[in-house]
Amino acid sequence: MAAPAATKEGLRDCRDAWAATIVDLAANDPRIVAVVNDSIGSSKLGGFQKQFPDRLVNVGIAEQCMVGVGAGLANGGKIPFVSAASCFLTGRSLEQVKADIAYAGFNVKLVGQSSGVAYGELGATHHSIEDFAWLRPLTQITVIVPADAWETAEAVKWAAGHEGPVYLRLSRMPVPDLAVENRVFRPGKAETLRAGSDVTLIANGTISHIALAASDLLAAEGINARVLNMATLNPLDEEAVLAAAEETGAIVTAEEASIRGGLGGAVAELTSAHRPVPVERVGFPGFLPTGSVEWLFNEYGLTPEGIATRAKLSLQRSGK
Amino acid sequence: MTVENDPVTLIREKALWMRRTAFRMVHKAQLGHPGGDFSAIDVMATLYFGVMNYDPSRPDWAERDRFIMSKGHATGALYTALCAAGYYPEDWLETYMQPKSLLNGHPNRNYLPGIETNTGPLGHGFPVALGIAIAGQISGADYRTFVLTGDGEQQEGSNWEAAMTAGHRKLENLTLIIDRNRLQQGQGTEQTAGLDPLDDKYRAFGFHVEMVDGHDVAALLGLLSASPKGRGKPLCIIANTVKGKGVSFMENQASWHHGVPNAEQFAKAMEELV
Ligand SMILES: Cc1ncc(C[n+]2csc(CCOP(=O)(O)OP(=O)(O)O)c2C)c(N)n1
Repeated sequence: MAAPAATKEGLRDCRDAWAATIVDLAANDPRIVAVVNDSIGSSKLGGFQKQFPDRLVNVGIAEQCMVGVGAGLANGGKIPFVSAASCFLTGRSLEQVKADIAYAGFNVKLVGQSSGVAYGELGATHHSIEDFAWLRPLTQITVIVPADAWETAEAVKWAAGHEGPVYLRLSRMPVPDLAVENRVFRPGKAETLRAGSDVTLIANGTISHIALAASDLLAAEGINARVLNMATLNPLDEEAVLAAAEETGAIVTAEEASIRGGLGGAVAELTSAHRPVPVERVGFPGFLPTGSVEWLFNEYGLTPEGIATRAKLSLQRSGK
Repeated sequence: MTVENDPVTLIREKALWMRRTAFRMVHKAQLGHPGGDFSAIDVMATLYFGVMNYDPSRPDWAERDRFIMSKGHATGALYTALCAAGYYPEDWLETYMQPKSLLNGHPNRNYLPGIETNTGPLGHGFPVALGIAIAGQISGADYRTFVLTGDGEQQEGSNWEAAMTAGHRKLENLTLIIDRNRLQQGQGTEQTAGLDPLDDKYRAFGFHVEMVDGHDVAALLGLLSASPKGRGKPLCIIANTVKGKGVSFMENQASWHHGVPNAEQFAKAMEELV
């Protein structure tokens, strides 16, 4: 087992990794195109547009059309990366995502930008906390939630080479790089950020580094937490989750999403069916009040302290 | 007629107050969509202070005229209009986008009186307005329904679905106003997915179409306050506007879509907004 991963200094906006990677890929593969909804700036695709003006399709503010166009471009032999604010990409176009992408099975990469509560003060219409629950039943779509810039770049590269629909759920929230030794991106596999046997913290995206910080707080109290970065939500690494249930007996999930139907939902479904253990789900209960990202994270316990508290609760519930 | 009761003067005063106040809110919050606030404010001031029938003490009065802000990002314009109309006190505006504020970044009818429906995702307001107008048609009510959309927003197909049914049902009680500032978030509408000729499109969908300078209050007042009775068609007003109207360095600049002012820009804007 690798040594516990620490977080490096400095924060990065993962969109920069996305933007640089998609430009590199496009330079080597003429099939790669980008599709947007008046979202060139928020998708950081200005550079792509400059280099490949003919391969950027801006359909205007028309998300249903945008996703359908993605399917059509795939039919025409392209590899479309359809990039828009994740709230509109998934919510507005949900039927297109279901019927035209998942059901029809087109090789389209959906790139959800500014996901979770990145648009804090703009309110519930602009939060994308339901997307996990909406897309999880669409088992044809691989759902990846990168935790840092490195993982974002790797996921974009993997998606380009993978034949099949992918949803990449990105954030504009700056995050630190996770320092994992000899890191390899393995889609569909949980990444162990820290070994531990008392309780398992399972997180993804912007919350993975916070879960890691929570494990430090727990360690200071003599609680040895395992930390898993579950970047792939669909399909879930069932083996890793059941091993966590078996070996640690208590689980906390933490995600920048609704506690219903997302990572917490997936873990609870699986464990309750095969290896029931207490599962504490940290995330959002439903529509959220107005507030900044920082305020919302604090208010709903998406903090090292908040996650550590729920870890102790799950331990208590497990009777260990 | 005296200056005090000249409706155009009153509307202009309200519009000036709305621009100054909205910009103060955006400056304080360091968030907002001031460009689209400023393009819409003269239309909204005309509706609220010259055209619509409403009673702020009874926001659910069944016979009220309805206004739907489909371009829900322009809360600087909407919240100041509703405040000036008497729906809530001025100090509420101070909380714009603060934690747990009722003045969310996009309007929520469960938070504030005077808001007919929640908007924010573009392309939602027109279908809801259509439903309100159909309800009035069914019950033979006299109220009018006004919906304001952005021009970029017209790229959403839901607008055209609503237009089809509105024309089909000859809903003369329904008025669609398009804030034709020719800019959307990133660039011009005609550089993105062009809309012109927008008037012909709406005519083809069964609307009576009027084009107007969206900052000419007298012209707006004339068009909006004319009785719809007997027109036999829904009305579409294409209001030719300027994004960022009223502040020299903001006018026609896409960067002010959700740009926010620093202290110096704020001071300069306040000097110009007089
Ligand atoms: C469905 C949807 N897609 C994208 C957005 C993001 N967005 C907010 S405002 C805007 C541009 C709107 O342009 P326009 O309708 O012309 O409004 P205005 O210029 O008057 O502000 C965009 C793309 C959104 N709010 N809703």
